[in-house]
Order: sequence, then structure tokens, then C-alpha cells
Amino acid sequence: MFNVIFLTYNYMKILICIGHVPDTTSKIKFIENDTVFNKTDIQYIVGPHEEFALTRLLDLRDAGNNLKITTVTVGNRESENTIRKALAMGADDAIRVDAEPTDAFFVANQIAEVFKKGDFDLILTGKESIDYNGGQVAGMVAELLDLPSINSASFFNLQGDKMLIERESDLGKEVIEGVKPMVISSGKGFAIEPRIPNMRGIMMARKKDLQVVQPSNNEVYTDAQKYYLPQPKGKCKLIPTENAEDLVRLLHEEAKII
Amino acid sequence: MAVLAYTENWNGEFKKLSLELVSYAYAIAEKIGTQVVCLTVGNVTDEKLLELSKFGASKVIVANGEGLQSFTNQSYTKLIAEVATGQNAQVVVFANNASGESLAPRVSVRLRAGLAPNVVEVPSSVEPFVVRKKAFSGKAFVDFKINSAIKVLTLTQNAFKIIENPKDCSIEKHNFDASPADLAVAPKQLIKSDGKMSISDAEILISAGRGLKGPENWGMVEEMAQILGAGTCCSRPVADLGWRPHHEHVGQTGKVVAPNLYIAIGISGAIQHLAGVNGSKVLVAINKDTEAPFFESADYGIVGDAFDIVPRLNAAFKKFKITQ
Ligand SMILES: Cc1cc2nc3c(=O)[nH]c(=O)nc-3n(C[C@H](O)[C@H](O)[C@H](O)COP(=O)(O)OP(=O)(O)OC[C@H]3O[C@@H](n4cnc5c(N)ncnc54)[C@H](O)[C@@H]3O)c2cc1C
Ligand SMILES: Nc1ncnc2c1ncn2[C@@H]1O[C@H](COP(=O)(O)O)[C@@H](O)[C@H]1O
Repeated sequence: MFNVIFLTYNYMKILICIGHVPDTTSKIKFIENDTVFNKTDIQYIVGPHEEFALTRLLDLRDAGNNLKITTVTVGNRESENTIRKALAMGADDAIRVDAEPTDAFFVANQIAEVFKKGDFDLILTGKESIDYNGGQVAGMVAELLDLPSINSASFFNLQGDKMLIERESDLGKEVIEGVKPMVISSGKGFAIEPRIPNMRGIMMARKKDLQVVQPSNNEVYTDAQKYYLPQPKGKCKLIPTENAEDLVRLLHEEAKII
Repeated sequence: MAVLAYTENWNGEFKKLSLELVSYAYAIAEKIGTQVVCLTVGNVTDEKLLELSKFGASKVIVANGEGLQSFTNQSYTKLIAEVATGQNAQVVVFANNASGESLAPRVSVRLRAGLAPNVVEVPSSVEPFVVRKKAFSGKAFVDFKINSAIKVLTLTQNAFKIIENPKDCSIEKHNFDASPADLAVAPKQLIKSDGKMSISDAEILISAGRGLKGPENWGMVEEMAQILGAGTCCSRPVADLGWRPHHEHVGQTGKVVAPNLYIAIGISGAIQHLAGVNGSKVLVAINKDTEAPFFESADYGIVGDAFDIVPRLNAAFKKFKITQ
């Protein structure tokens, strides 16, 4: 056992959860009586938070760490373009659970199943998906597997066999030493600029293994019933430059906010 | 039966978000005809604990024990789930801050409960249980139905007003020893923050963007914040350029904030920025470009050069504060 650890010094198998989400510039609209998100004209992308997480892993690999990076996505066929993008960035292979990601608990269950079959040292997710959910998957996966978890990590590093993590809490910055296996969700600061796939990456991505598996547990606890857009603001009241100071009066007397 | 509120304390003190949470829990409890139980961890004086009863708590449980000094998701999850079960809680509510965000998903799985994160209103109905939450990172809202017997919610900060509802209240001590396995990733060190107001707590935020040209020009922004007792934040490129610390970045990929007043200085108003701030009650944009998209979403706009306008406003705010 110790020999194995020695030989595979710093070798880590990582499962990174890649969501397939609307581009951040998307104008959000709904159809069918505001019950369904309108996908027409929407470009889909790798979730921006997990894109940073993947970027950080690739940087660490470039710095000499021996990492095997597998992506997992719960999504239908359409999500394969997004998965190929993650492979083009540099992930090694991919698993797609063939199902519509309707509910966070459902998604977490699928990811937990993939983890159980794969002998991974670490599960990474983004802080939150930018469409339906809100930072649920990481914690749910961790609890399903009874693993330690850190949310919204702001820093991640590997030093020899050590995993170093930082997280911003309300009191300050926590410095944490990771254990294997565990779950980490990446927050602000994890990486600065997302990695852009190059031509070679894009070519290689086509040949990488993308395995499709069937969902295993269909338990669902929630149901999105009807969507609403925020109330449009009334017209902006423009204050002439020369009267800029009038803002103070308006905030006090009209908006009653100061 | 009960509504359980996980009311965090900071060195024995409760913050605004804890009081919002109790007020919110009380509104739900009234709807389902039950009472509010609060849970907090650590050393808090009885006087402070009873503060929660002003806002509707009928019982406050204070937990202490081996291993609870350091926060880990696993140990706190087990504690909260144990208390929820002991109190026969039908609904468990968290504030949507760093710890609430980490704990709610785990607690929901442990209780086999559906989770609605980022709720913004009292449930419109409790049978079936339907509650409105944010979706598409602030660009929309959705009515979310939870089908499980127990429900877990996280409350968006500043979405619910603090309401007084004084109650007779008992205090109960709860002992909980975390198992060593659940402390595996306990923090080794805490680097204390600079004591500045956290941007999620601020009721007024002064935010500035690339229009300010460089970090050396933030003095006037800090000054405005200081005059108004506000927090400071910034657009994403400003944080990426290292002009301001990362925790100040607001927007779709930064922090989502909803203060009473948000003043944006030299920020264009890109859709990703607006998504993170359009929950604010009053938005003010200061930009030299009449065409800046921010003006379409602002309540008040001043077209002009920030380097002229901001110092003038600071003088005016100062004068206003003195007369108050
Ligand atoms: C995936 C993704 C996620 C993103 N997430 C976020 C996010 O979470 N938050 C975020 O903020 N951005 C985000 N962005 C970036 C966003 O698209 C914009 O690029 C960014 O918000 C622009 O920042 P800015 O307004 O500070 O800078 P600019 O767009 O450069 O605007 C500067 C503004 O200042 C004005 N100005 C210049 N000089 C002066 C002066 N002297 N006085 C007054 N006004 C002046 C200009 O007219 C201009 O409107 C994201 C982008 C992507 C692709
Ligand atoms: N359908 C999905 N497939 C794979 N990973 C996902 C999926 N949905 C969410 N995730 C991951 O979980 C993180 C948190 O998502 P959420 O809980 O939906 O806010 C995202 O940043 C992704 O890393």
C-alpha cells in the first residue's frame, strides 16, 4: 500500500462537475405560460464557476502535478457541445448522465453514483449554477456520500500530497488542509481568467472518451411551477450635471432611503 | 411541530440577518399554526439569546460541546439535523450567507427534505408548500413547490423586513459532541478580515467600475461610503485587475447583493453586473456616457464625470448628515 502511494506520489483522480448553462449575456424569457425557459437563441456554455475550477486544475497540472481529470455532466444530448468544450480546455475524459437536470437533489444523486464507481480523490463543483439552482449540488453530493465539504473555496493548491484550501467566511479567511476524498465548490478567486481552448485542444477533444450512462435514482423533491421576471424599473430620473447635489434631497425626500 | 431557524451568532452577537431570519420563520410559523425554535452554537448570554424572542422565537436552543468551536459542514449538519428531528421541525430556515449556503444542502439531504435556496418571500401556500425564490442568478424568480414532508429554505439577505413579535421564550441547552471524523477539514487558521462591513450586510453600497481609471482613485469612493455608513464594492474587471479585493466583486459571477441603496460610479451596466445588483431597492448610476446601459435600470442617474460629481456629492452628503 505504501509503495503504491510512493509510486503514484501526488497522483489524483478528480471528478469535476460541469453544468451546461445559458451564456451570461442571455436575455431570460419564458414560454408556455411562464412555466418553461425559452431556449430559442440561447447559447450554452460551461458554467462559469466550474470553468474557473477546471482552469485551476489545468494550471496545477501544468505546474507538474499528476492529475487525471474526469468531467461529469447530468444533461441531455445537447450538453455534449459544452462537455467537448471542457475536454478541449484539457480535461481527460467525460461522463454524461443522460437525463434532464430537473432538480438539484436528482443531479446530486447522479453525481454521487458516478463517484462511487470511479475511485476518485476529489469532487469539484462550481459555487453555483447560473440557471435554476443556487449552490446546492456540492453539499448534497457530499452528504449523500458522507464526505467532508468546503463551499465557495477562494483558493486551491497542491503541495506534495497536501491539498490547501482557503474559504472566506464572515469572520475572515479560513485556511484548511483537505483530505481525500472530499468535495469542494469553487468560488471567487479560484482562478482569474478562464482557460481558452486552443486549436490542438479542440482537435484532441474530439477523440477523448465521452461515456454516456443512464440515470439511476429518480427521486425528486421540488418542482419549478412558474417563472417571473423582475418588475421593470420606472423611467430613470436624470439629474442634470450642474444640479448633481440634488440627488441628496431626492434620496431623502422622494426615495426616503437616507 | 416547529419552524426551526438556524440563527448564527458572531462572537456572541446576532446580526441583522439573524433577526430577519427569525422574523421570516415567524411569518411561516403563523401560516402553519406552529411556533419558532431558534438554534445557535457557542457562548451567548441569555440576554442576547432572548433578543430573538422579540422577533417571534418561542424557544432558543444553544448548543455546545466538543468540536463545535471549529466550524465544519459535517458536524454542524449533524447537529442541526438532530435538533430538527428532536423538535419535529416541519420547516428549517437558514440565512443565505456563507454558512447557511454550506449547511442547507447537506441538512436537506440528511432530513430527506426538498430545498429552496434564495427564497425572497413568505410561502404563498403551505399545503402544498410553494415559495418564491431567485432563479437565473437574479435575472428571474420562480415559484418553487416542495413535495417532501420537511422543507429547507435559505433566505436571501435583505429580502424580508425585521418585524417585532414578542413571545414568551424558553432557553434550552443542547450538548453535542462532534466525532473526530466530522472535523477532518476543520480550519487550521483564521485570518481575520479587516473589520470593514461585509458587503452582504450593508444597507447602502457604493460601487465603482473601470471608469475610475485606477486603484489610486478609490479615495473618494471610500469617503462616500464612510459618510453614509456604507460598504464598498466593485465591478468584475476592477477585481480582476487587482484594483480592489476579490470579495468586493458583485454581479452574476460575484456576490449578488440587494441593499436599500446602490450607487454605481463609472460602471457601464453590463447584464452580468446588473443581475447581481438589480434586487437593490434604489439604484443610482453616475456615468459620463449618456448611452451607458446602467441608466436603463437605474432609478436616478447623473450624467457626468465621476471626478467632478463624486467630490461634490460627498460634500453634499456631509452637509446633509450634519443637519440630520
Ligand atoms: C462570464 C462572464 C461573467 C461576468 N460576470 C460579471 C460580474 O459578475 N460582475 C461584473 O461586474 N461584470 C461581470 N462580467 C463583465 C461584464 O460583462 C462587464 O465587462 C463589466 O461589468 C464591465 O465593468 P465596468 O462597467 O466597470 O467597466 P466598463 O465596461 O469599462 O465601463 C466603464 C464605464 O465607466 C464610464 N466612465 C469612464 N470614465 C468615467 C468618468 N470619468 N466618470 C464617469 N464614468 C466614466 C464609461 O462610460 C463606462 O460606462 C462578466 C462577463 C462575463 C463574460
Ligand atoms: N446538471 C449538472 N451536471 C453536472 N454538474 C452540475 C449540474 N448542475 C450543477 N452542477 C454542478 O454543481 C454546481 C452547483 O450547482 P447548483 O447547485 O445547481 O447551483 C455547478 O457549478 C456545477 O459544478
